[in-house]
Amino acid sequence: MTDVFIARAPRLAARKVGGEMVILSADDSSLYVLNAVATAVWEAADGRTSVGTIVADVICRDFEIDRESAARDVDEFVRDLASHGILRTSDTAFDNDVAEDDRSRELA
Amino acid sequence: MGDVMQRVWDRALSDGIPLSVHFDLTYRCNERCVHCYLDHDDHGEMTTAEVRAVLDQLASAGTLFLIFSGGELLLRKDFFELVAYARQLGFDVKIKTNGILINERAAARIRELGVRQVQVSIYSHLPDVHDAITKVPGSLERSLKAIRFLTAQGLRVTIANVLMRQNAGHYPAVRALAADLGVDCTIDPTITPKMDGDRSIVGLRVTTPQLLRVFRDKSLIADTACEPLASDDEVLDARPCSAGHTACYISPYGDVYPCVQFPLPTGNVRQQRFDDIWHHSPHLEEVRSIRMRDLPTCSTCSHMSTCSRCPGLAYMEGNMRGPSSADCEKSQVRALAADGVTIDREGACA
Repeated sequence: MTDVFIARAPRLAARKVGGEMVILSADDSSLYVLNAVATAVWEAADGRTSVGTIVADVICRDFEIDRESAARDVDEFVRDLASHGILRTSDTAFDNDVAEDDRSRELA
Repeated sequence: MGDVMQRVWDRALSDGIPLSVHFDLTYRCNERCVHCYLDHDDHGEMTTAEVRAVLDQLASAGTLFLIFSGGELLLRKDFFELVAYARQLGFDVKIKTNGILINERAAARIRELGVRQVQVSIYSHLPDVHDAITKVPGSLERSLKAIRFLTAQGLRVTIANVLMRQNAGHYPAVRALAADLGVDCTIDPTITPKMDGDRSIVGLRVTTPQLLRVFRDKSLIADTACEPLASDDEVLDARPCSAGHTACYISPYGDVYPCVQFPLPTGNVRQQRFDDIWHHSPHLEEVRSIRMRDLPTCSTCSHMSTCSRCPGLAYMEGNMRGPSSADCEKSQVRALAADGVTIDREGACA
């Protein structure tokens, strides 16, 4: 999983409320509220950064978790959200559209 | 979803986040509904760039739920551009429209942009009644066609059925029509004064016997267990509604109000940043300070715990801490309905 790239799925609304990411699906109104670690992974899921880099550069640094535990937690979270269609995964970096979308979110 | 969503609203309230914003993009309209509270002339609505800048500010402020409405918002040439930009910023977008301008292509574009919900106004199942309310011949047919285009795209559509004297008895047929179309239906007997204070349209409100029939309609009662009533102290400490607390309204001219039904001027996004208005407007601070116990008439009313009092309607009657006569009537009629009382056409109880 560490070499996998992750990107936020496109047909979602998302906003951070009190440190937790609230995500709503446009297709079926499913609601997800992510905890702080999952929120950090979600925010880092720009399609260009690998899961391994997110674990090392974001989760271990910001949450003071050892790399093994962080990798295990992130792996579980990514699989779970991917199964709900909230995150997309790929063995290669995603194309520019995802990156553009991501830059717009950062501006907000 | 209920408990989780409630937790999100509670967090927004404690953190002072405007989680939901109703944003009218225009007051121009291609219908002339008899009950409409708006002035449809364009007095200088915000440009595309101005709206985009406001959306940037709302995203930064933490707004998630964005309701785009009007007027008829599809009259704006930049409508799709603004929806696309809002979606890019991560908003959950709902649009309110009469549907007249929604063809197959527009419906496909709305779906493609990730709009979660579309509300379409339908006043009656009968073309002559609906069209007499909108003053546009053929409007019912066009609105229904739009609903079919939208549902064909898999979009979630809700019919909004506003009740007035002339269509009060039509809601069962409108609900049946909604069921046939596979869409939700809400009914609402609220007719508000015009935004300039003109109360002439208030006379269109349903009569007391008509309202009683609605409240006695068992098919409108949700099939859920009733929650126990809150204690008196809990009710007295409660906020009257979410207006100005977790929700607000922005007009096409940039005016910010606590709610579309609460036209208390709190600032203008053409002159101030939204954040400054939201956090520092004295009028919003006043609205936020009000608890039920601060309402001199309502806090001693026997209907207080079940009343749907709208502070905006009270404000439009002259006092945001006062009662709203339309809601007083609803409470009284709701109580009569619960007691099994009937009212004849002249309004006498039996």
